[in-house]
Amino acid sequence: MRLKTLALAAAAAVAATPAMAQYSNDTIKIGVMNDQSGLYADLSGQGSVWAARRAVADFCKTTKCHDKIEIVFADHQNKPDIGSTTVRQWFDVDNVDVVVDVPTSSVALAVNNITKEKNKVFLVSGAAASDLTGKACTPNTVHWTYDTWALANGTGNAVVKTGGDTWFFLTADYAFGHALERDTAAVVEKSGGKVVGRVRHPFPGQDFSSFLLQAQSSKAKIIGLANAGSDTTNSIKQAAEFGIVQGGQKLAGLLVFITDVHALSLKVAQGLILTEAWYWDQTDANRAFSAEFEKANKGNKPTMVQAGVYSAVYHYLKAVHELKSDADGAAVVAKMKSMPTEDALFGKGQIRADGRKIHDMYLYEVKSPAESKGPWDYYKLRATIPAAEAFRPLDQGDCPLVKK
Amino acid sequence: MFELIGVPPQALFGQLLLGLINGAFYALLSLGLAVIFGMLNVINFAHGAQYMMGAFGAWMLLQYVGIPYWGALLVVPVIIGATGIILERLLLARLYHLDHLYGLLLTFGLALIFEGLFRKQYGSSGLPYANPIPGGTNLGFMFLPWYRGWVVLISIVVCLATWFMIEKTKLGSYLRAATENPTLVRAFGINVPRMMTLTYGFGVGLAALAGVLAAPIYSVNPIMGSNLIIVVFAVVVIGGMGSIMGSIVTGFGLGVIEGLTKVFYPEASNTVIFIIMAIVLMLRPAGLFGTPR
Repeated sequence: MRLKTLALAAAAAVAATPAMAQYSNDTIKIGVMNDQSGLYADLSGQGSVWAARRAVADFCKTTKCHDKIEIVFADHQNKPDIGSTTVRQWFDVDNVDVVVDVPTSSVALAVNNITKEKNKVFLVSGAAASDLTGKACTPNTVHWTYDTWALANGTGNAVVKTGGDTWFFLTADYAFGHALERDTAAVVEKSGGKVVGRVRHPFPGQDFSSFLLQAQSSKAKIIGLANAGSDTTNSIKQAAEFGIVQGGQKLAGLLVFITDVHALSLKVAQGLILTEAWYWDQTDANRAFSAEFEKANKGNKPTMVQAGVYSAVYHYLKAVHELKSDADGAAVVAKMKSMPTEDALFGKGQIRADGRKIHDMYLYEVKSPAESKGPWDYYKLRATIPAAEAFRPLDQGDCPLVKK
Repeated sequence: MFELIGVPPQALFGQLLLGLINGAFYALLSLGLAVIFGMLNVINFAHGAQYMMGAFGAWMLLQYVGIPYWGALLVVPVIIGATGIILERLLLARLYHLDHLYGLLLTFGLALIFEGLFRKQYGSSGLPYANPIPGGTNLGFMFLPWYRGWVVLISIVVCLATWFMIEKTKLGSYLRAATENPTLVRAFGINVPRMMTLTYGFGVGLAALAGVLAAPIYSVNPIMGSNLIIVVFAVVVIGGMGSIMGSIVTGFGLGVIEGLTKVFYPEASNTVIFIIMAIVLMLRPAGLFGTPR
């Protein structure tokens, strides 16, 4: 009798193990990796870490959450080798379950591979290359906030429609710049425009006058800036100096963040057309979030990247708590894809089979100094691009996860 | 007119001029480094940070005190130069009897601290600074903004004045003598430590002046110096450590070479200077204008 009880108990214990809540190392460990010190530090950096913490706090307010949720962060200095080493250390030694943010596409593509190899989860908010849900897509990656295709589709289309049909590209010479140039050129050519030239500048750059002069002599109507951060602000500042806009050519900033507009001042940035996934002054929820963010981040407003980190972490926590496990990265992402997304900042949405998060995108125009009511009041809405049209159609990305 | 390897001469002249403009910054910065190295034997790694502080100084004066660009041009180099003097008195002066490496490590550490502090306070995306002389003139082959012309002009004047002061005046001869044999010069009743302090302050002031000049054209951010300083070091090495004329001529010359690379093979434009540096070091280890010590 005693033996039987013991055997039963043992059997029950064995049977119960897989069904029990299984958080690896008993902790949900979220690693925010981005640029903490260089040209992308303001648009991601500590602001993203704050947003991730905030997502955990908000999630735990409404749901009974696991008692050990930890957030760590690291600086990848925009270098793929540093990013790879950090992420391997996180996965192999520190038991990090999910990597979030990672601006700089070359770093993100490296992290993308490692995450798949280690079967963890990668939630991209900062990086832009649309390859992350194209050829390089994996069952472990979700691309949350925006991508080069969406930017090209928003800004590129709008510019061609208003008559800008010949383009010259000023491209940052790395994965992101190349992807943005490629996707924008495709949009331009599809709408009947023509690309007359391109020049690839070192990343990060400082003096763009030489490249701008080449763009000027190309006689293209539009100079497309396929770069980001201070590369973009320096290009715009110097284009104004060299009288490029007065000369009749127009600039198209293909990726401009609100922090860039702030750095340029409205006097220089006014009239720029840009595509964003999120703007702080769009809804009451956004304004409330931004007010809190501002207090913790030296008076800055959040960028779409930081808001995206919040939204991505929030949805990740939902999926992990539903599964009661964070051990199998691919299973977590599959769960995330099977549930509709919903949070205060991005509203309702979904994640496609290729890992692309779908939501509306917005086309904004930068206000003139006269239109602006004060600091950070920078955008007026030109158009809302509905979720169904905002991102690359599922069958055109060559993602191996998508059955044709 | 002829075409050179597929590039029309108009574009070529334009790029030459732009190269000269960028060279003006290289020359001003490498001049400061050369002066400091020549007199103090210190490799001032904080130079980039002090250039950045110059640009921030201009922004702060405008923002908090209302002093416009022209005032900043005079005031900022003096203020930043004064902070250099304090640094020299408090820290650097204690390292003169040690190897070069200690000065280098100290200034490198200081540079990281300065950049970190500015980033903590002002973030990394940069601050706006309006162009004090907007507009420009059409030269036929390119549009020359007035401001860029002004940068080249002031940079040439400052460079030549510095060269003249060090190579041709009595004060300069004291300085050069103090570098050769400080003990002997002190025996003549000249206050050598004070001269070295002032020289460091002057070198830092030059960096700050370059920073003020850069504020209206580059975005004013904490990493603007570290982007530039590596190139400037290469310029100094190519010109010959400590050579005043060497740093001026190489500064302008490399600006032009870099400008041309931007036309023919833009992808290599930020490596070309280092390739030249490697070649020069192989053929003339003391640099183009340096004398072997």
